[in-house]
Amino acid sequence: MIEGIFVEGLVYGIMVLGVFITFRILNFPDLTVDGSFPLGAAIMAIMLTRGSSPWLALMLALTGGILAGFVTALIHTKLIGAMGNNEQMVINQGVNPEYMKLIGVGLSNGLVALSGAFVAQFQGFADVNLGQGIIVAGLASVMMGEFILRSNKIAILTLRVLLGSILYRGLMYLGRYYGYYINLTPSDLRLITGLLIVVSLIVTQLRGERKWSGAGAAPLNGGDPKQGAVGTAPDAKEAAATRGSA
Amino acid sequence: MIKMVNISKVFSPGTVNENAAIRNVDLVVNEGDFITIIGSNGAGKTTLFNLISGNMIPTEGQVLINGRDVSKEQEFKRARYIGRIFQDPLLGTASTMTLEDNMMITHRKGRKGLRISLNNKMREFFREKLTSLEMGLEDRLKDNVGLLSGGQRQALTLLTMVISRPELILLDEHTAALDPRNAKIVLELTMRFINDYGLTTMMITHNMNHAIQYGNRLLMMDKGEIILDISGAEKEALTVEKLVDKFHDIRKRTLESDEVMLST
Repeated sequence: MIEGIFVEGLVYGIMVLGVFITFRILNFPDLTVDGSFPLGAAIMAIMLTRGSSPWLALMLALTGGILAGFVTALIHTKLIGAMGNNEQMVINQGVNPEYMKLIGVGLSNGLVALSGAFVAQFQGFADVNLGQGIIVAGLASVMMGEFILRSNKIAILTLRVLLGSILYRGLMYLGRYYGYYINLTPSDLRLITGLLIVVSLIVTQLRGERKWSGAGAAPLNGGDPKQGAVGTAPDAKEAAATRGSA
Repeated sequence: MIKMVNISKVFSPGTVNENAAIRNVDLVVNEGDFITIIGSNGAGKTTLFNLISGNMIPTEGQVLINGRDVSKEQEFKRARYIGRIFQDPLLGTASTMTLEDNMMITHRKGRKGLRISLNNKMREFFREKLTSLEMGLEDRLKDNVGLLSGGQRQALTLLTMVISRPELILLDEHTAALDPRNAKIVLELTMRFINDYGLTTMMITHNMNHAIQYGNRLLMMDKGEIILDISGAEKEALTVEKLVDKFHDIRKRTLESDEVMLST
């Protein structure tokens, strides 16, 4: 049982890494994931049933996912706009933000497709419904990871994504095998996922409030309590608005 | 160093909303210049900066940098030699990343490739630079920038920009969103850095006294034109009254009592 949960958690964890890149780093809710996951699974299944090397199949699944991500990134950069924490800062560093989006969304969907390829092997089949609700599962895993570990170091951010994925799969396992005592059917697992997201959100919010109310003034800004509000002054918003239209 | 030749910028041309933000402006910025720019709202100050930085492409005319026509060059390419600070203190740094990560990104401005670059030697270098801000930031390298105050973030943006040694810096009312105490600190830091590093600078301000007090050259803009360009001894002898009189002589109307006047 434990081994199964770990394998499942790691296999889906690759997908969660992809979801983490778009949702958390690029700040871009990317729905391509629902499509690139079964895409990777389909590529893997077709290649394997035709007798080709699994390594080649994995590479192709990764490439397929990256291409799917490129399409989304191109549509987004050409038609819509900003992405990430601070696009102006990216520009100020002499970096083209469009390349960064292309790389980010491409890498994200490449990982998702790679995960799909592994899942196809793990489950022994692939069909288009594999992708259904995969974003929600990914997002729930990301949030559960944030729930157990707090950090701003990239190594820990990456590690906790995998931990979140394993934890999520563990809870799903419990739901599947012991849920029938309380008349839970497999289709009710979605309910558990939904509740997990809500609980994670509430706990994160409560932690955040404690952090702000506890440390609002003193150590954060050199003893001047007025300074804390500066960043959100209405002038700042106005400046951003005039920059866009002026 | 920077030459703008007959630059115009028209928004929504051919519609009822047509608006000429910049009209036939010619301007030469020499190396080592410290230019202050004043003008009421809508005079075209920020648009002028947008045209220099590449955020906007001129409707007509050319922007030349060191003799090279960059009128069509994209903003991110020009950013390698032009530094810009906005009024919004949040625009210069990434709030969800640590102070040291922010400094590492800005330190590698314009350079590409992957390598592990943040080590203890770099941390020591950052700490030393941060100490010069006298804000205690040298002890907070691992904190997210989102935890800093607006004044601290603006000072940090200024520092990281200066370290990257830009050829020209554009300051767009960079102290206007700060409280008076922090505004003063950031302004003093700005003057110190400009002197220490000999930076060519253009600074937009709403404060006439600052515009007169700082820099070697003053531009006044109105309705998309540069109506005054004062430098040298004339700039030294300038007072607020003389400036208001000059505006009246040129425009044959009184300088309206908007914030240009209020902040004197």
